[in-house]
Amino acid sequence: MEYIFSLEFIYLIASMTYILGLKMLGKPESARRGNLIAAAGMTLAIFGTIFLYQGEVPMFIYALIGTAIIIGTIIGWVIAKKVAMTKMPELVSLFNGMGGASAALIGLIEFEHYTGNKLSTATIVAGIIIGSISFSGSMIAWAKLNGTLNKPLRLPKYNLLNNLIIISIFVFAGFMAWSGTESQLFLYILFFAALAYGVLFVLPIGGADMPVVISLLNSFTGLAAALGGFLYGNMVMLTGGILVGSAGTILTFAMCNAMNRSLVNVIFGSFGSSEAPMEGSESQTITGSIKKTTVSDVAILMNYSQRIIIVPGYGLAVAQAQHAIHELEQLLVNKGISVKYAIHPVAGRMPGHMNVLLAETNVDYDKLVEMEDINPEFSNTDVVFVVGANDVVNPAAHNNPSSPIFGMPILDVEKAKSIIINKRSMNPGYAGIENELFYNTKSSMLFGDAKSVIQSLISELKGM
Amino acid sequence: MNELIDFISNNIQMIYIVILMIFVGVEIIGHVPAVLHTPLMSGANAIHGVVIIGAILVLLGVNPENYLGQALGFVAVLLGTLNVVGGFVVTDRMLEMFKKKK
Repeated sequence: MEYIFSLEFIYLIASMTYILGLKMLGKPESARRGNLIAAAGMTLAIFGTIFLYQGEVPMFIYALIGTAIIIGTIIGWVIAKKVAMTKMPELVSLFNGMGGASAALIGLIEFEHYTGNKLSTATIVAGIIIGSISFSGSMIAWAKLNGTLNKPLRLPKYNLLNNLIIISIFVFAGFMAWSGTESQLFLYILFFAALAYGVLFVLPIGGADMPVVISLLNSFTGLAAALGGFLYGNMVMLTGGILVGSAGTILTFAMCNAMNRSLVNVIFGSFGSSEAPMEGSESQTITGSIKKTTVSDVAILMNYSQRIIIVPGYGLAVAQAQHAIHELEQLLVNKGISVKYAIHPVAGRMPGHMNVLLAETNVDYDKLVEMEDINPEFSNTDVVFVVGANDVVNPAAHNNPSSPIFGMPILDVEKAKSIIINKRSMNPGYAGIENELFYNTKSSMLFGDAKSVIQSLISELKGM
Repeated sequence: MNELIDFISNNIQMIYIVILMIFVGVEIIGHVPAVLHTPLMSGANAIHGVVIIGAILVLLGVNPENYLGQALGFVAVLLGTLNVVGGFVVTDRMLEMFKKKK
């Protein structure tokens, strides 16, 4: 009895660390400690489960568990430590998929032990469906973010098709639970159907919306873990899973809000796709021509400015130019020029992604200014230097109601005296839409790889 | 119908926990600055790795003759560990950078 008490007690402590940890993750000062506290709680729960288990367990099972944990720890640790900061979002997606797969596998194994019990079977099949969708969906999100799959793929009538599939899956699952079937064939049909749905669910969604999708799948995995907790009457799985499920859902909405879009619009809408409205009406409305400029012209312009705002985007991260931009900023500051960074909430591939990247290079915290605070400053800024950002400075969000990003808050760079835009080419940004900012009379384009362009700017400026 | 009522009365404790936890989760996120959305999502991602407990329980209770079950259980524990360890380490790496700024 004492023994059960102690495992239950460990689970209670672990559950508390999750709540506390998530709470602390919401504040910059305590975020890191919060994460470590939750990690400590998790470690405690894992070891408690292994060492306080009641019942006869053959040694080789312990060996199996130990081996799996050791291999998983080494691989997980190495990947998490080695991967470049720019790849963070896809990594989160990858790990999320692993959790989903784990939940689905548990269901596959446990199914035969609970046949006949309708509610347990319902819990198991629900866990398999949600876990599998989370797994295959996360894998697609991962492939989209790392560029393997870069075009939204749509089958004709995909919304109808997807809805039909998910409804059939649930009807079939309901039938399985109700009939108390023992059929492993049915079980695997359900498993593969759910996997297929996960793929179909994420495929049509544009790359720019992946953070929202990952966040949503994140809460799905939480739910799948909670269903496992329900099945075993295991409190720590239940609390941890539900907590992530509900917190993840709220976070998903918060992310949608930051982009001024609704979740329904993200999932069923056509953002980032190559459908008619973008190619037809939009590109035709943009008239005029772009103006090219050179590194030395930009260097002169910057040298005689007083206030410069840098708008970093994902292009900066891809070119690994975050260190170069920091050097440029310091050089300009040493010349007595005021330099700030304008950080759009969804710059990069995930909210807060750009802050993480620039923080990596030791940029001063107070130089990173959030959108609401920097927007009034553009009107008395001499030069705005847009590096690899596109959609977050697209005026279409303000003045083109047919644009898919209409209504999204953007950085008001057009108010500055001159705008220098560094891009590799005229290709549209991640959302796949044209940007009339480039045709603005105040804009000049500085084509080239962000890193080499910034480095040549630095050497030009040093010579002045 | 009776089954459902039985289920609720037998599991009232768990139902309480589920409902209270939903509220806790909602309240906790409240007003988090957008800057912290990514680390928060990543941290939450690591926490749902708690599914590994279920995977361990499966393996501990599996029939020694059930080789398929053992193989799947092994993979489940492995993937669960990846979720937990990878999730917490990545989150820590992101947050480490926030710290340096001060």
